[in-house]
Amino acid sequence: MPRIVVCIKQALDVTELKVDSATRRIITVDAPRKISDFDKNALEEAVRLKEKLGGEVVVVTASPEDATMTLREALAMGADKAYMVSDPSFEKSDTLVTSYILSEAIKKLGGFDLIICGEASVDSYSAQVGPRLAERLGVPQITYVRKLSLDGNIVTAERSLEDCYEMVRAKTPALLTVTGGINDPRIPSLMAIMKASKKEIVPWTAEDLKIPEDKAGDKGSAIQVTEVLAPKVERRKIVIKGETVEEVAEQLAKALIKEGVVGR
Amino acid sequence: MGEHTGVWVFSENRDLTLELLGKGSELANKLQTELAAVLLGQNLENLPDELIGYGADKVYVVDSPLFKDLRAEPYVSALTSLAKKHEPDIFLIGSTKRGKEVASRVATRLETGCVPDCTHLSIDENGRLLMGRVVYGGNAVSTHFSRVKPQIATVPPRAFEKLEYKEKKGEVVKVDVELEKPRTEIVEVKEIEATKVKIEEAKVVVAGGRGVEKKEDFELLDELAETVGGNVAYTRPLCEDRKWFTDWVGLSGHKVKPALYIGCGVSGVIQHVAGIRESKIIVAINTDPEAPIFDVTDYIVVGDLYEIVPALSAALKKLLKTS
Repeated sequence: MPRIVVCIKQALDVTELKVDSATRRIITVDAPRKISDFDKNALEEAVRLKEKLGGEVVVVTASPEDATMTLREALAMGADKAYMVSDPSFEKSDTLVTSYILSEAIKKLGGFDLIICGEASVDSYSAQVGPRLAERLGVPQITYVRKLSLDGNIVTAERSLEDCYEMVRAKTPALLTVTGGINDPRIPSLMAIMKASKKEIVPWTAEDLKIPEDKAGDKGSAIQVTEVLAPKVERRKIVIKGETVEEVAEQLAKALIKEGVVGR
Repeated sequence: MGEHTGVWVFSENRDLTLELLGKGSELANKLQTELAAVLLGQNLENLPDELIGYGADKVYVVDSPLFKDLRAEPYVSALTSLAKKHEPDIFLIGSTKRGKEVASRVATRLETGCVPDCTHLSIDENGRLLMGRVVYGGNAVSTHFSRVKPQIATVPPRAFEKLEYKEKKGEVVKVDVELEKPRTEIVEVKEIEATKVKIEEAKVVVAGGRGVEKKEDFELLDELAETVGGNVAYTRPLCEDRKWFTDWVGLSGHKVKPALYIGCGVSGVIQHVAGIRESKIIVAINTDPEAPIFDVTDYIVVGDLYEIVPALSAALKKLLKTS
């Protein structure tokens, strides 16, 4: 029976970000955290496989801050056990470091048949941790999966690429990243939420994983962030009004012609 | 660490390779260094010369049938061993879905960083590559640099312009490298029907969102698009929830930058807005005066798209004919 590891990022809820209007700097400190959207798809897919084939679903997260609430939600969605790799020294980790921490955690928690990740995180959207993790663990990867099935030690998955859907097969253990279209993640029932409170969250620190200080967080990262600014938006927000639909349409048409964006 | 000099570019996509050469030549000029393209494929014929014509000083060519199916492993092993041997300072890789996973794995093998989907690239006063990209669902632009070399950035299509083709001399270096065999096997490929014009290249984009009640109602949008010589596009829910179409505009889909974007019944969630932000003029038609799209709109029409869109088509037809 398969053992499936799902990697979860406790992401910023990007719809709740505030901007310092004077400096255009983004304020992330107070922004609510949540399970990154596509990671929910990854978890849902893992739980569905478990419901069909049996086995076990474990979730892993690497975070500089506490992620208990996020992991409780993952457990309520159907994961059996969660590993919270959390350490203040992970602050400002880039994908080089995050994939390293996750790979050390996954090695420590024993064997797996599949690792499923979201195609990218909803906040930084780099789509790198999945492939980097596959590289570190030396397993085949199938990215942007929109359909998947597992038969013994063969995983078959359909990838959603720019110009085609590509059906691909690989031997397990393998790593997959899934798109938002692969399923509709369940909303846990009250019963599932109550059950989840009894499931185990294993807390691991950098020391538990023997991650040296100079390989974590800012010190271990190759990439530095110089600034994060809100983009300049200078939209005019002109409201087109009129007595009738035709009048509105004509006014808008005239404005667009004047802008030189329609016609020849 | 060795010398690390030169700007390299790679993409499995030809057009994107030329765009990378365009930006790469600007960076190489600034650093007064060499611009090289890596070309991986089979029977490449005069492609190396073409890349030289579009700006490359040097082209590294690896010719192998293993590159045929675009599996990650042969690409990753070729790029890694070339980069280890020649130590480029900067490596720009095309940010297609395939390119992104290849770049991530190459960066991991080289134990360096990678900043994905860069739309801003420049050299700072210390000779470092500054890499700017959109984050937080389009709500911010973050700027990065890499402490480790090569400095790797991936670059999306149409972020930069290619140079004009010019006959010139350059060096073609044929390389033999040991390639890893693919570890995945392709069972079947289904082509996604390409629309007539790529939506990224459309001058006018008429987008329909959840306010469009039936798939057939897109006739109205088709007519408007035809009137102004534009293309129709869709939001993600119409593709992923209603399964009407396959391709959407937004953060996770196509990013458009037309002269004119007209959103019809589009609410304007930030993921969609991230894909239209660079449009010159944004028009939105929505019955809900509180729709978030109106915050990023030049011309706001609070109204029913079923009335406004046909009336707008009619008005434009009339005015464009007489003007």
